[in-house]
Amino acid sequence: MTAESTLVKHRPVIESRNDFPILSTRMNGRDLVFLDSAASTQKPQMVIDSLRKYYSEQNANVHRGVYALSQTATHLFEQSRLKVKDFIGATSEREIVFVRGATEGINLVAQSFGRKYFKPGGEIILSQLEHHSNIVPWQMIAEEKGLAIKVIPINEKGELRMDVFEKMLSEKVQMVAVNHISNALGTINPVKKITEMAHRYHIPVLIDGAQATSHCAVDVQDIDADFYVFSGHKMFGPTGIGVLWGKEKWLDAMPPWQGGGEMIQTVTFEKTTYNELPFKFEAGTPNIAGSIALGAAIDYIGQFDMTEIHAHEQALLEYCTDKLSEIKGVKFYGTAAQKASVVSFLVEGTHPYDLGVILDKMGIAVRTGHHCTQPLMDYLGIPGTVRASMAMYNHMEDIDRLAEAVTKARLMLC
Amino acid sequence: MKSIEDKQREIIEDFSLFDDWMQKYEYIIDLGKSLPLIEEEYKTDEYLIKGCQSRVWLRAEIKDDRVYFKADSDAVITRGIIALLIRVLSGQKAVDIGGSDLYFIDRIGLKEHLSPTRSNGLTSMVKQMKYYGIGLQNKETV
Repeated sequence: MTAESTLVKHRPVIESRNDFPILSTRMNGRDLVFLDSAASTQKPQMVIDSLRKYYSEQNANVHRGVYALSQTATHLFEQSRLKVKDFIGATSEREIVFVRGATEGINLVAQSFGRKYFKPGGEIILSQLEHHSNIVPWQMIAEEKGLAIKVIPINEKGELRMDVFEKMLSEKVQMVAVNHISNALGTINPVKKITEMAHRYHIPVLIDGAQATSHCAVDVQDIDADFYVFSGHKMFGPTGIGVLWGKEKWLDAMPPWQGGGEMIQTVTFEKTTYNELPFKFEAGTPNIAGSIALGAAIDYIGQFDMTEIHAHEQALLEYCTDKLSEIKGVKFYGTAAQKASVVSFLVEGTHPYDLGVILDKMGIAVRTGHHCTQPLMDYLGIPGTVRASMAMYNHMEDIDRLAEAVTKARLMLC
Repeated sequence: MKSIEDKQREIIEDFSLFDDWMQKYEYIIDLGKSLPLIEEEYKTDEYLIKGCQSRVWLRAEIKDDRVYFKADSDAVITRGIIALLIRVLSGQKAVDIGGSDLYFIDRIGLKEHLSPTRSNGLTSMVKQMKYYGIGLQNKETV
C-alpha cells in the first residue's frame, strides 16, 4: 500500500457483492452461490465498463499511430502498466511484461531464462503443491537441457517441509519455482523465506502468484524473488491478460521468447535488433483492452483495504470450515496454519463428481476434481476433492447455502 | 430382445414420471448403487477410460452377432448413467450399436453429462461402445 492510498477512505468490503452483476443471476433456477473464485473470479461493473468503453470509444493499435485515437490507446495501455507496477511495488515499469496469464509468464521464463542459463546436470526445485502450469513448462525445458526436477514435500497439513527444502538446496540447483498460495489446498507459502534461502546459493526464484493477488497485498521488493507471475482473471480482471514481473537485470539479459512486431528495434533480413524492456517480450499486438481492464481491476481493488479483504475472507474460511465440519463424514484436505480462503474437502462414501453434480443442481458453483494438481492428488491418494474458494464478494449466507446443499447431497448419495 | 429404439422409449417414459431433478437424480443414484457392473478383476488400466472428473471402465464381449457390455465408474451418478447406456446398448447387434442415435439422454435431461467438456469419461465411453459395435463384428472378445 502506498502512502497515498492509506489516506483514501476505503469502502466496506461487504458492499462489494453488489458491484458484480453476475452474482445476482440464477443457476439451475436457484440464486447463484459462486464459490469457485480460485478458478476465476467474477468481474465488477467497473471492469466490464472498461472493456466496453475501450471498444466503443478508444480502440486503436498501440505504439503505432500518430493520430489521437492511437495515442489515447497507447496512453491508457501504458497507464495500466504503471498501475500494475504500483500494485505489486515494482521499481520500474520496465519490469512489467504483459502476458496472457500466469501460465504464459512461467513458460516465458522457462524458455527464455532456461535456454540461456540452464546447464545439463542441474536441478529445478518445485513443490508438491504446484499447479500443472508451474510443473509442465519446467519439465519441457528440463528435458531439453538435461536437468532434473526435484520436489519439496509437504506435511500432513499441506505445508511445505522447509527443513527438507533447506537440504535440497545446493550449487546444482538452477531455479526454484513455487506458488505463493496453493490453488488446491489454500496453503500460503513462506515465499519470502524460500527466496532468502535460495538466494544464499544464488539460485533464482520464480513465484506463481496466481492465487495471491486478490487476497493479500503483494510486494515484489519485499519478497525479493527474481520473477513473479499472476493472471488478471483471478483478480477481477478479464481473461487473457496477466503479468510477468522480473528483476530488470534478468529481463535485460534474457533473450526474447517470441518474435514479431512490437518487440523489434530494427529488422533487416540479415539481422534484427530488439526493442527495449518490456517491449522485447511483447511480440505482436498485445491484449490492449485486457490490459486496460486489468488496470480497472486494480483501481477496483484499490477502493478497498486489502487488510479488510483478508480479514473478511479469513472469517469466511473459518465459518465455512466450522459449518462443514458439522456434517458427518466431511474430511478436509489442507489445514495449514497460514491458509487462504480455500476449503478442499470430501464427504466419506461420496465421489467429488457426484457432490459437484448435486451442488450444481442447487445453484452452487464449486470446483470438483484434481484442480490441475494431479501430482498432489496422487500424493494424497484421492481422485480429487470438492473445493469451495471464496473471494471478497462472498457472504456468510453463501456458506449457509453450501452447508445446506452438502447435507442434502450426502443424504442423497450415501 | 427389444430394439435400441424400444429401450430408449421405455427409459424416456420412466423418466417422465419424475416431477423434479431430485427424484430423477435419486433414481439415477439408485441405479448406480445397484449390483456391481463390472468384475473387480477388469478394473484395470487396460479397460480404463480416463476422465478429468470421474473414471470409467468398459469391457465388451461378443456372442453370436450381439455385443454385451460391462462398465463401471468410481462416481455413482456416472454409474447410474452407465447403467442406462448398458440397458439400451448391451445385447444389441453390433451393426445397430455402431449406427445408433442415443437421443434418450437428451430427452431425459441428462445431456450435460455426455458433454465432452464434462470430462467424466462418458463421452469417450459412448464413442468406445460404438467403436466396439463396428469393430467387434468379426471378433470374439476385446
